[in-house]
Amino acid sequence: MGFPERTAFFKGNGYMKKLYSNKLTTFLFLLPALILFIGILVAPIFMSGYYSLFDWKGYGPKTFIGLDNYKELFTSENIGFMKAFGNACLLAVLSVLLQLPLALFLALLLGSGRKGERGFLSIYFMPVLISTVVIGQLWLKIYNPSYGVLNVALRALGLDNLTRLWLGDEKTALWAAFVPTLWQYVGYHMLLLYAGIKSVPPEYREAAMIDGANESQVNRFIVLPYIKPILRISTIFAVTGSFKSFDLIYVLTNGGPNHSTEVPSTLMISMLFLRNRYGMGSAIAFVLILLCFAAALIINFIFKEREGKPKCKTETE
Amino acid sequence: MQDGNRVKSPFNGKKFTKETLVYLLLAFWALINLFPVYWMFTFSLKSNNEIFGENVIGLPKEWLWSNYSKALQVGNIGRYFLNSVIIAVVTIALVMAVALMATFALTRFMWKGRKMMNDFFMLGLTIPIHASIVPIYVTLSKLHMLSTYSSLIIPYAAFSLAMAILICTGFMQEIPIELDEAACIDGCGTWRIFFKIIVPLMKPAVATVSIYTFLQCWNELMFANIFVSDKAHKTLPVGVQALSGQYLTEWGPVGAAMVLATFPMLVFYIFFSKKIQDSFIAGAVKG
Repeated sequence: MGFPERTAFFKGNGYMKKLYSNKLTTFLFLLPALILFIGILVAPIFMSGYYSLFDWKGYGPKTFIGLDNYKELFTSENIGFMKAFGNACLLAVLSVLLQLPLALFLALLLGSGRKGERGFLSIYFMPVLISTVVIGQLWLKIYNPSYGVLNVALRALGLDNLTRLWLGDEKTALWAAFVPTLWQYVGYHMLLLYAGIKSVPPEYREAAMIDGANESQVNRFIVLPYIKPILRISTIFAVTGSFKSFDLIYVLTNGGPNHSTEVPSTLMISMLFLRNRYGMGSAIAFVLILLCFAAALIINFIFKEREGKPKCKTETE
Repeated sequence: MQDGNRVKSPFNGKKFTKETLVYLLLAFWALINLFPVYWMFTFSLKSNNEIFGENVIGLPKEWLWSNYSKALQVGNIGRYFLNSVIIAVVTIALVMAVALMATFALTRFMWKGRKMMNDFFMLGLTIPIHASIVPIYVTLSKLHMLSTYSSLIIPYAAFSLAMAILICTGFMQEIPIELDEAACIDGCGTWRIFFKIIVPLMKPAVATVSIYTFLQCWNELMFANIFVSDKAHKTLPVGVQALSGQYLTEWGPVGAAMVLATFPMLVFYIFFSKKIQDSFIAGAVKG
C-alpha cells in the first residue's frame, strides 16, 4: 500500500496541521471500525481458541480438557476430520490444476482483443453472482437420477450404462459435488486474470509483435510474468476458498452419503448443531483459520521464490 | 520490418481455422454457463409432466404461472426477499459509514502507527467467517439476539469492512489535499471537511463498496442459516433451500422461487455489468 508522507502536503498551513494531528478526533473516526472489527473478527478467533480447550455443550458448565479435542480431531476415525481435510485438499488441488488453468486459458483468449470479448466475459462471470443455494439446487436437479438432465441426456444417447445415482453413490458423490464448486468460480478467477492481462501496457505487446513473437509467445513471455501478482492472489483465493468451501456441499450432499463428501466446514456445523460439541466445533474452526493463514503464507513464499529468478519481462524491455 | 508484415497479414487459411476453433471453444463454455440459467427459467413455468419427460429442455408448452403464486404464497418468498433487501441495505449503510470514517483517519490524519493500523484492518481480508461462528452464536444467544435482523447485519458489516476500507483508501488518496486546505482557510473543522468535502467526493467508492457488500450478504448462507430460525427474518437463500425441502417432488414452484431470487440480480447485472465486475477486481487486484 502506498502511503504518502502526509507532512509534505501540509506546507505552511499550521492550522490544518493542528487539525489533522488531533489525537482525540483521530480516535473518534477510528472507533466504530475498531469496535466492529475487534468485536466480530479478532476477539472471536481468540474465543474459538479458548473454547476449543473445553468439553462443552454450548450451555451449562465447561470442562477444561486441554488439547484433547485436537488429539481426538486428528486421530479419531469416528470424527472423520482427516477424511474431510483430505477432501478439502483434493478440492484445492483440483482448483489449482483445473479451475485456474481453465480460467487463465479463457482470460488469455479474451484478453488478446477478440471481437465480442466483453460479451463472453459477462456470460462467464454470471455464475459468480447467482446465489450458491440456487446453483446448488439447479445442480441437484441436473444430477437427479430419474429426471435430471444428465441422466436423461445419457439415456437419449443410448448410454444407459453410464447413468448413475451421481450424488447418492459414494463412489461418484465427491466428484459430482466438486464439479459445480469448480465450475461456479472459473468466471471469478477469469475476471481477475483478464483485468490483469488488460493492464499490460500495449507497447510491450506491440514491441514483442514487431520482434516477431506470435500470440502464444507474447502470452508466455510478456503477459504471464506481468500478471504474476494476480496469479498469486488467485491461487490464494482458490486454495483458501477450497478449505472453507461450505455452501454448495451443504446444499448438494451435506457431507453424505455416509460422510463421503464431508469437508471441514460441514463437519464443523454438524459437530456444533447436531452433536452439540461446541469445544470440538471450535477446534475445527481454529484449525481452519490456521490452515488458511498457512496456505496464504506458503503460496506467497512460493511466488516470492520464483520472482527471485531473472524475469522474462526485463529481457524484453 | 519483414516480421512485422507477416504478423499484420493474418488471414491465411491456418489462422482462419484457428480463430474458428477459438470461437467454438468460447461459445461452448458460454453455453455451459448459460444452460443452467435457461433451464431454471423454463422449468419454473412447467408442470411436472413436462419437466419429467414430455419436454425436458424445451420452452414450456403451457406457461404455468401458478408455480410463481405457489412460491410466493406457500414458500413465503416475497417476505424473504424483503428481509434480504432490508439486511443488505442496512449492512451497506453501516459498512459505508464506518469505512469512510476509518479511511479518513487512515489517509488524512498524522499519527504514529497509521500504516500498522491499516495492515491490521487488511488482516480482515484473510479471516474466514468460520472463525467467528461459535463465539458469535453463543454471544447472540446470550443477548437474546438470535433471529433478528441485527444478528446478520452486524457480522456481515464486520466481514465486509476490510474490503470497504481497502477500496475507500484507493479513492480517498486521489482526493487532492488542496481541497482540505481551502476548506481549512474558510474555517472548517475536521468534521465539516469530512462531511462537506470528502464524503460527497467519494461517490464512486460508495458505488463499488455497495455492490461488493450487497453481493456478499445477498448470497450468504452459513450465518443466515444458523443465526436466524424464524420465518419473519429468514433471508432468500435460506428460504429457497427450505422451499425445495417442502416441494421435493414438484419442481415448478422451486424453480419459480429460484428465478425470483436470481432475476433481479441478473437484470441489474445486464445494466451494470462493468461496474459490478470492477467492484470484484478493485479488491483483489489491490490487495
